[in-house]
Amino acid sequence: MLDAATDRSRTAALSSPVIEARDVSLTYASADGDVHALSNINLSIAAGEFVSFIGPSGCGKTTFLRAVADLEHATGGDLRVNGLTPHDARMQRAYGYVFQAAALFPWRNIEDNIMLPLEIMGLDEDERRERARRNLELVNLTGFERKFPWQLSGGMQQRASIARALSFDPALLLMDEPFGALDEIVRDHLNEQLLQLWNRTGKTVLFVTHSIQEAVFLSSRIIVMSPRPGRIIDDIACDLPRDRGLDIRETPEFIALAQRVRSGLRAGHAYDE
Amino acid sequence: MTNNATPMMNKATPMMSGLPLLTRIRRGAALPLAAMIVALTVLWYAGAVLMNMTLVRDAFEREEVEYTTMELVAGTLDAERPLLPAPHQIVATFIDGVFNYAPNSPRSLVYHSWVTLSAALLGLAMGVATGILLAVLIIHVRVLEKSLLPWIIASQMIPVLAIAPITIVVLGSIGIRGLVPKALISAYLCVFPVVIGMVKGLTSPDRQHRDLMHNWSATPAQVFFKLRWPAAIPYLFASLKVAMAISIVGAVVGELPTGAQAGIGARLLAGSYYGQTIQIWAALLAISIVAAGFVGLVGLIEKSVARRMGAPA
Repeated sequence: MLDAATDRSRTAALSSPVIEARDVSLTYASADGDVHALSNINLSIAAGEFVSFIGPSGCGKTTFLRAVADLEHATGGDLRVNGLTPHDARMQRAYGYVFQAAALFPWRNIEDNIMLPLEIMGLDEDERRERARRNLELVNLTGFERKFPWQLSGGMQQRASIARALSFDPALLLMDEPFGALDEIVRDHLNEQLLQLWNRTGKTVLFVTHSIQEAVFLSSRIIVMSPRPGRIIDDIACDLPRDRGLDIRETPEFIALAQRVRSGLRAGHAYDE
Repeated sequence: MTNNATPMMNKATPMMSGLPLLTRIRRGAALPLAAMIVALTVLWYAGAVLMNMTLVRDAFEREEVEYTTMELVAGTLDAERPLLPAPHQIVATFIDGVFNYAPNSPRSLVYHSWVTLSAALLGLAMGVATGILLAVLIIHVRVLEKSLLPWIIASQMIPVLAIAPITIVVLGSIGIRGLVPKALISAYLCVFPVVIGMVKGLTSPDRQHRDLMHNWSATPAQVFFKLRWPAAIPYLFASLKVAMAISIVGAVVGELPTGAQAGIGARLLAGSYYGQTIQIWAALLAISIVAAGFVGLVGLIEKSVARRMGAPA
């Protein structure tokens, strides 16, 4: 699947970080004065990591993701994606973005939805179909090509949206609470599938979540954040085996990690409540 | 025509929604409509009797003949120039006007309807094209929203009855007569709902869809044709239905100030000169049927487009 060029770039990426944030801050002007959405974020993420961002509302986890995706612009510090500015990285199609809502285009069937970014990027018809087929297979949606979004359940729609984000083979997958709107059983199921997907593709994943369980289960590293100003208060390595099953959530190692995340969240909350 | 017409029909509803109109009528979903028509007809007859009563009584008394109540009532429903013609008189004149003359005869309602309709359709085409163009400009050039939209709204405050004679006279003086001036008046009316609907429609895509397009580094043209335009289609059809109906109003009004020889407007004007109320109502019936037919046609096209764009059947 990978040709020599991507192989080489991947080797290069291993030596230098995919994301490099140095003193990144982002301030909005609002009616009540400045809002410090991000304050002095220092973070380096290597290729192949699965990094979860967890924290209460307003801690800047989504803002950071949007800054990486060039949807917001840092007002201070230096943010690099693959050594490039977020804008240049976006022009090189470095990342796929998955929102909380599947955000499929309702007038396109599933296959056409997956092919939309490829259409925009100017790939030819055969290549588009082949990639749609391959990515639908990856998220177990083979056979649903001709269905329209409303004919799929919420979980299936979100899988289609992940297939769409992967369709142009970005090295970086940005996911903003992708399973937040789904019920717990579907969420567990998709968590397992996402983990398998990560193992198979070796993508770097930045994953925003509210759920401690989800963060610990999925991640190789957890960033705990705190609001006002939005900042990092803990950076936890999560060295559970990569091929973990849902049962791992009962093990002492898992529970200890979850405890550490929870106490980090509590500490972040203590002063303003 | 609603699907759950009566409580009894509820079980059949999911199956009926996709059926053709005639099938639905056969299965009884047309019952409320029929009841409404009957009630209106009865009211109309009552109105005709009451409104024409004085007229007929005076006529009897002028000629000093004896008359019974029955004769009086019969007279009100059979007057030559009634204040309010009875439905059967209108229908008879309508049928006569539609079927008893060649379609190119000046006495044929088909002929007059076509004259009006052709102006309306030309005006609709011009109005819709202009409306879409203005909407595209407005959403892309922020200044225009502030500068252009108020003028478009203000233009609709001027009664079309005031605009129409000016347009016809001015264009007539430079030698443009017939179809085009009437079409321009139709277009003038059509632009408004299309601009309003399309500005709303083209700006309807939500934040996440726009963010995705940004994420894929789509060009402005790609954002327009792959996101904004498809998202605006339902709004376009809603506007089209309004525009279709008022384009016909515009064409009729355009025929009034010139003493036009042909068209439904000319027919209405002639009818009112000579007190031919039945002729007026028959002409109104004809143009209503044409308008309803074309609005219905827009609805059918809308349904088929919606199906192709994946809407639930």
